[in-house]
Amino acid sequence: MAFEIPKIKYTGKIREVQLGTGAKAVRIGGANCYPFHRFEGDMPNVPRVAFEVWDSSPEEWQQWAIEPYGDVLSDPVAWARKCVDTYGAEMIVLQLRSADPNGENKGVEEVVEVVKKVADAIDVPLLVWGTANDEKDGELLRRVAEACEGRNVAVGPVSDKNYKQIGAMAIGYSQVVMASSPIDVNLAKQLNILLGNLGVNEEKVVIDPTTGGLGYGLEYTYSVMERDRMAALTQEDAKLQFPIICNLAPEVWKTRETRLTKDEDPKLGDEKRRSILMEAVTAMTLLVAGADIVVMRHPDSVSLVRDMIGELCA
Amino acid sequence: MALTGIQILKLLPKTNCGECKFPTCLAFAMALAAGKTELDLCPHVSADAKAQLSDASAPPIRQVSIGVDDYGVKIGGETVLFRHEKTFFNKPGIAVLITDAMDDGEVERRLTALEHFQYERVGVTMKPEMAAIKFTGNKDRFMGLVKSALVRPCAVILMCGEAPVMKEALDIVRDKKPLIYGATPDNYEAFGALAKDYGVPLAVVGRGFDEVAALTEKLTAMGLKDLVIDTSTREVRGAFTDQVAIRRAALITKFKPLGFPTITFPCEMTDDPMKETLIASLFVAKYAGIIVLSDLTGETLFPLLLQRLNIYTDPQRPMTTKEGIYPINNPDDNSPVLVTCNFSLTYFIVSGEIENSRVPSWLCIMDTEGLSVMTAWAAGKFVGDLVGSFIKKSGVEEKVKHRSLIIPGYAAAILGDLEEELQGWKIMIGPREAAHLPAYLKTWNS
Repeated sequence: MAFEIPKIKYTGKIREVQLGTGAKAVRIGGANCYPFHRFEGDMPNVPRVAFEVWDSSPEEWQQWAIEPYGDVLSDPVAWARKCVDTYGAEMIVLQLRSADPNGENKGVEEVVEVVKKVADAIDVPLLVWGTANDEKDGELLRRVAEACEGRNVAVGPVSDKNYKQIGAMAIGYSQVVMASSPIDVNLAKQLNILLGNLGVNEEKVVIDPTTGGLGYGLEYTYSVMERDRMAALTQEDAKLQFPIICNLAPEVWKTRETRLTKDEDPKLGDEKRRSILMEAVTAMTLLVAGADIVVMRHPDSVSLVRDMIGELCA
Repeated sequence: MALTGIQILKLLPKTNCGECKFPTCLAFAMALAAGKTELDLCPHVSADAKAQLSDASAPPIRQVSIGVDDYGVKIGGETVLFRHEKTFFNKPGIAVLITDAMDDGEVERRLTALEHFQYERVGVTMKPEMAAIKFTGNKDRFMGLVKSALVRPCAVILMCGEAPVMKEALDIVRDKKPLIYGATPDNYEAFGALAKDYGVPLAVVGRGFDEVAALTEKLTAMGLKDLVIDTSTREVRGAFTDQVAIRRAALITKFKPLGFPTITFPCEMTDDPMKETLIASLFVAKYAGIIVLSDLTGETLFPLLLQRLNIYTDPQRPMTTKEGIYPINNPDDNSPVLVTCNFSLTYFIVSGEIENSRVPSWLCIMDTEGLSVMTAWAAGKFVGDLVGSFIKKSGVEEKVKHRSLIIPGYAAAILGDLEEELQGWKIMIGPREAAHLPAYLKTWNS
């Protein structure tokens, strides 16, 4: 007997969001089916990988994470260029580590200068990731939104504590916001409602569900994203119909299992290949759950993930 | 159409004889309704009731056991499409391929790897469980491999399309209850007979799910129940689609011919071991029953086992870490003492950050029934008097000379009560986020 795949009845669709401007602008979202379920729907825009760039020289990176970048790590502009020119980055996430009040705590203007320089140096979309300190980000990201006028950048993480400050400037300068909530469907929805009430255009919102790395809470992010997608696509929950970004690189690369060498723990195998796979497996898992953008570090992990996206969207 | 527990109860003898190992007929009926047990366990049910119940009572996806005792692997038996809807029950078995074309050294390395690559995490041992032994034409060597696998601590999959060779192999290894792979449209009668005679599970190999479904119907008609299915799709997109289709067919349309666990072969889908790991991770998330890998190395296996642990963690029950004092970075009697809850994720993140700080420290983990700091505090399980009495009886007072205790920033509210409970101790409020621990610890002074 001929067998038909039981189809899910989708009633909703993820909104399309454009990042950047001009020829290298990228559109994400737009799917009307579960991730890679193309036998029953469309994914007009394939999921993308964004390369992370730090605004200050990372001090605690593994040798094998430093390797692909070498001396550009102390120069965010050269670093971003290298990602685009050498590794074919389609978008850059600039992580504003130097602004963290629990770290270097650089002043807003000093940090914004670097953001502007990086924005000027690349033609691919720029996403600017703050410190996750509500107060500091409130100041910092609103200035970023202003300073990057006309570039259609994304700024975040935007929380329920600072959405007014950042949201207002994002509206004013027509930037995208990355709405961040702590691994919870209802809180994600609530923040999106607040942003809507504030007047943020629905084509200008991306969800950050808060990302746990492999072995460190990945399953929580995974299931929250599946629930987000289920609500958005099958329960007509308009306030969850936004693309999702997962800032996974810092989560994966700070773990013990990406730091231990083979000499320290022979059973864990070659440290470089293991770390690359820990990053790639985290990304793959989140893509299956519904990520539209995965933020990654190592060019080899990126290649593996792009290859898989290509096969799944073939 | 699924029946409710009460509807099923009406068809049972209602004698509460307990021979099904359930205390009452009602308990048995509820378990049947949940697809967690089988009607065959009731010796007194009438033939008429059996007929009525058999359709409704069988789990939508058959649970199949491969191997015996400690090395048994249970697959299938799943009841949901998404883990958040309930949980996934049986994690996919991970197998390593061994063929009769490999030399002795290679075979030995692979069998040893199966035992060697075991990792402890949250009180669970993560490990690959199965050897897939494949016949490629050299019968004597194949039998030799089967013999060496017999004494190893693993479950076995025998891969061979020739019934007489398979029979010989089964004579050697039948007590291990191997999965035999597999029945095709050409040989299914002989393989079905073998599986029946030897009481072993059988893999069904067709081109696409139509052919597989046709085969499982024939084999089911022969009286076979323990089937595992392979649609033979070896490209990523198609294989992913097949996995989704099979799971949905079983759960949504209750299409019995596809109500079986699947076997997948990332080892036949790429030559790159890194890519193979990613393909395998896709199958962990989406529905494989068995995943056969080309080789086992620490760097490719560990990330996969960790992902499998994550995806198959029961979302209804938080993972916990054992209560106790954990030394990190070789602490001494001057090192800082920190206390937090026993939610595993908290433990991993906090201990990881302490490790990153390189500051020698004592981390006291208190049993909060797997609740995180804020939830435990709100539930009255991480409050001043409880934390205080835990610290007193923990024995940490013998580990350090100072009397300073760092509590999580999110539990700052317990400060007063804790000071009262822990006379002579100085209570310090640590950062709210674990990520800020390294900076905090580097400037810590008792």
